[in-house]
Amino acid sequence: MSAWAGVLWRDLRLALRRPGQVVHPLAFFAVVALLFTLGYTPELGKLRQIAPGVLWVGALLASQLSLDGLFREDAEDGTLEQMVLSGQPLAALVLGKTAAHWVITGLPLTLMAPVVGFALGVPVAAMPGILCALALGTVSLSLIGAMGASLTLGVRRGGVLLSLLTLPLAVPVLIFGARATELAIAGEGLIGVLYLLGSLAVLALTLAPLAAAAAVRIGLE
Amino acid sequence: MGGYAAFLWPAYAVTFAVVAWNIIAARRAHQQALVEARRRFSADADGDAP
Amino acid sequence: MDWTWFHRLASPPHIYRVAGTLTPWFAWPAGLLIVSALYAGLFLAPPDYQQGEGFRMIYVHAPSAWLSVMIYGVMATAAAVGLIWRMKVAHAAAASCAAIGASFTFVSLVTGMLWGKPMWGTYWVWDPRLTAQLVLLILYLGYMALRSGIDDLGRADRASAVLAIIGVVNLPIIRYSVEWWNSIHQAPSVMKMERPSMPFDMLAPLLMMLLGFTLLFAAVMLVRMRAEVLRRERGASWVKEVVS
Repeated sequence: MSAWAGVLWRDLRLALRRPGQVVHPLAFFAVVALLFTLGYTPELGKLRQIAPGVLWVGALLASQLSLDGLFREDAEDGTLEQMVLSGQPLAALVLGKTAAHWVITGLPLTLMAPVVGFALGVPVAAMPGILCALALGTVSLSLIGAMGASLTLGVRRGGVLLSLLTLPLAVPVLIFGARATELAIAGEGLIGVLYLLGSLAVLALTLAPLAAAAAVRIGLE
Repeated sequence: MGGYAAFLWPAYAVTFAVVAWNIIAARRAHQQALVEARRRFSADADGDAP
Repeated sequence: MDWTWFHRLASPPHIYRVAGTLTPWFAWPAGLLIVSALYAGLFLAPPDYQQGEGFRMIYVHAPSAWLSVMIYGVMATAAAVGLIWRMKVAHAAAASCAAIGASFTFVSLVTGMLWGKPMWGTYWVWDPRLTAQLVLLILYLGYMALRSGIDDLGRADRASAVLAIIGVVNLPIIRYSVEWWNSIHQAPSVMKMERPSMPFDMLAPLLMMLLGFTLLFAAVMLVRMRAEVLRRERGASWVKEVVS
């Protein structure tokens, strides 16, 4: 098994031991949608109009919740140092951890979105498009989040700072993702925007692990 | 100024207030650094007193 | 090509002296240009046929917006140099830029809002440029927060350098996505003075202001850098000589 796959598998198994931590972001996502409904209106017609924003902001904030622990626990018990010293390309190991984050948080959020969307008045025909958009978007969000988490490794109360650092970087994902959702709801062609989301994901896949690995090395000095 | 005066003057005022702040703050930072350096060397000269 | 001058710049006492010598060469021309541009912009340039006197906002808004973006670029470049060549002086340069850049980003937002109010009747408009400036301000604040959040200076330097580089790579993407977002939703656009066909009377003060502000930044940044270098090298013997 290659190194990054090993890291991925390990993180997945660790996460399974703590189902509460896994469910937390998902519950948060649902709560955000609930709060917007209660704070705004019960009318599905009106909710449908804000659904793109609510879905994406909700997904963004929810995926942030599990980011803080991405490197912190391994840093605390010395595992991260072992990864740095292991001689394996650190970027690959970081990619493994980020992939685990996506499987544990990003992917479930994506799968939950149709349900949450349905509660916000989103038509069923829009669901495939929304699934594609969120699948691509959450990949970028996990990668951007990994960069933020690695940078804030040595910072006390790094959680708040993490959001401050990550959110500006996530703006393009949010803009394209919400637009894709909007088009899906309107029944219009969204393949162009999906390509935009896809290119963001590819860019993130190539560059983010390198930046995060550099930051991990700096953070462990 | 055709009714825009109420907006132009505050805008220019804010801009040049920030310009002034930049100049003043930078010079103060430099002065402070010099004072601290001076203090450190006189403290070292007097010996490491508690 | 002889790179000795570059490597000599890495020496803190050398950069301290060079910065001190250069500062007036930037400061005085800056002052002259800005004062002349102010006079020309406020009194000599004719009113715009569409916006009347309101267009004069450009003489403070455009230079601040230009500085906000350019300074981020300088900061990221200095950070990259510091990271790649391990030059502490470069990290000091990056640190010196942050507050200046953030302050001018703030000015660009305020002047943008004051430009919008008489045009659109509302102080805030999600114009693509204002929105992008807001995101830029948050990027600056994040950089400054990360720096102050890490106690060890070396680590703070290197971590914030990585952040600055990430930010500068993202900046065009963010700006593009915000412009795209804005065009899709056809929100009102406050700044319409981008036409290159601006008459010379209007353009000249603007160019003078842009250059003047750039030189001003250089002067202020050099002063801050001297302070930064002094602070970092506190115990060194060359500092002792400078101070006494």
